Amino acid sequence: MSLKDQCAIVGVGLTPYGKRGEFFETPQTDQIRGALHKALDESGLELSDIDGFSSYSVDGNDPGMLAPSLGIPNVNFSNMVFGGGGGGTCAAVANAAAGIHAGLAEAVMVYKIITQPPHARFGAAYGSKQIAANPYSDFHRPFGLISPVQFMAMLFRRHMHRFGTKPEHLAEVAVSTRTHAGRNPLALKREPLTIEEHQESRLIADPFRLFDCCQENDGGGVILVTSAERARDLAQKPVYIMAGAQGGSSQWGHGLTMQNQPDDLYASAGHKHLAERLYRMAGVSPDDVDVALLYDHFSGLVILQLEDYGFCKQGEGGPFVEDGGLLWQGGRLPVNTHGGNLSEVYLLGLTHIVEAVRQLRGRSSSQVDDAEIALVTAGPSNLPTSSLLLRR
Amino acid sequence: MTLLEQLASIHPDLHTREYWEYCAKRELRFQRCGGCGAFRFPPLTGCRECGATEAAWVAVSGRGRVFSYTIVHHPAIPDIVEDVPYAVVAIEFDDAPGVHLISNVLDVGVDEIAVGMELDLVWDEPSPGVVLPRFSKA
Repeated sequence: MSLKDQCAIVGVGLTPYGKRGEFFETPQTDQIRGALHKALDESGLELSDIDGFSSYSVDGNDPGMLAPSLGIPNVNFSNMVFGGGGGGTCAAVANAAAGIHAGLAEAVMVYKIITQPPHARFGAAYGSKQIAANPYSDFHRPFGLISPVQFMAMLFRRHMHRFGTKPEHLAEVAVSTRTHAGRNPLALKREPLTIEEHQESRLIADPFRLFDCCQENDGGGVILVTSAERARDLAQKPVYIMAGAQGGSSQWGHGLTMQNQPDDLYASAGHKHLAERLYRMAGVSPDDVDVALLYDHFSGLVILQLEDYGFCKQGEGGPFVEDGGLLWQGGRLPVNTHGGNLSEVYLLGLTHIVEAVRQLRGRSSSQVDDAEIALVTAGPSNLPTSSLLLRR
Repeated sequence: MTLLEQLASIHPDLHTREYWEYCAKRELRFQRCGGCGAFRFPPLTGCRECGATEAAWVAVSGRGRVFSYTIVHHPAIPDIVEDVPYAVVAIEFDDAPGVHLISNVLDVGVDEIAVGMELDLVWDEPSPGVVLPRFSKA
């Protein structure tokens, strides 16, 4: 028994995109309600159809508070993916589908809202007063390794050392992503970016520069999942969940913060195990993927994911992105056609799923011709992380 | 106060206490699996290779080399602006394969740091009772 094609995404709704801290004074339940009603309106589902909740990254809005606030009569399913950051996005959708397929629920809302307090930011991580030092952060924090960009920079540096990957390859990712954002009216960063401007931007954690780092924003959204059977009678063309994978290899473990992976895993995004499971469940191969929405907290991790998901061999990700390799038209593989976390908006990966839905409905601002199958990944991070294959 | 002084605190628990007790005695020791011989770091109650729970705390020589690194230019904490750039390294050891220890190289300019650089262990006590394994160029 597998989940393949048993469930579908039938509606998506996003909040407005805000600057970091902009919606801190707006109750999160109001933001979720706004996104939920957008998703319901386009889907054709009614509020009373929703009977399940699925979220990730320690979302603070639990169903006990949400259901009464939103006016949802009964709760039949609720689920939270372990871990912080954006690792659980795709798992939250797959878990919703698993619950529906198992008969636990009829229609599940996947939701996530971020509002950052004005006095703190995500990127400060273990350097901030909000994330307390703990017994395991003792192995990196006292040495000044405290922020996601720094952890990821070390993985990418090893990749550069082993395979000759160059800083210009990072620029290729940032520039193609910005090109797509320039075509997306919703994107927050739309002004053109050149390879030279990227290379002249300030270093954040070498080899990553300013334009290699995602934005930090306020906002969020709701994704509605129901059975494939139900989906066929609703308002939108269903986007079927072909496969979901979550977790990863235990040799990766706390690899992001502890850096203790074996060499081949170290110079990777840690998604290879997920990729194998995902393709097996869907019964497809990398060649069948028409568009890839790869979690881009940092540009370099896109290159490593191209390798993990088999679009090229390990070590060949740099050459793969050269000469506009990721552009929506004329590239080797269209990647992050919405502008990604780097240039559209950073909502912990929700927008990568939303863009896959747009592509498969034929409504992206950088529409890939005849897009049939989309790969979506969640943030490479400590376990568990996740990914999805979706089809029209 | 510099960044590394600000961050110089440890929070040992049941899993990590022994490691830090050895550090306090200026001994760098890692767990080695009693089942398969694999090194285990950071300290865990079982082996990721074979699942065995037995482990011995094996002393290493302290000679290592840079496996990877980053040079931090942007201060993640706003008030450490005077401390950047600084380097963080992951170190590998011939006598403890599989371990990557995160640390710093003392008294070396950030431009000198490179993958493969040979290092020697130097014990550092940035605040009383906090004894950290840091390194110098060999």
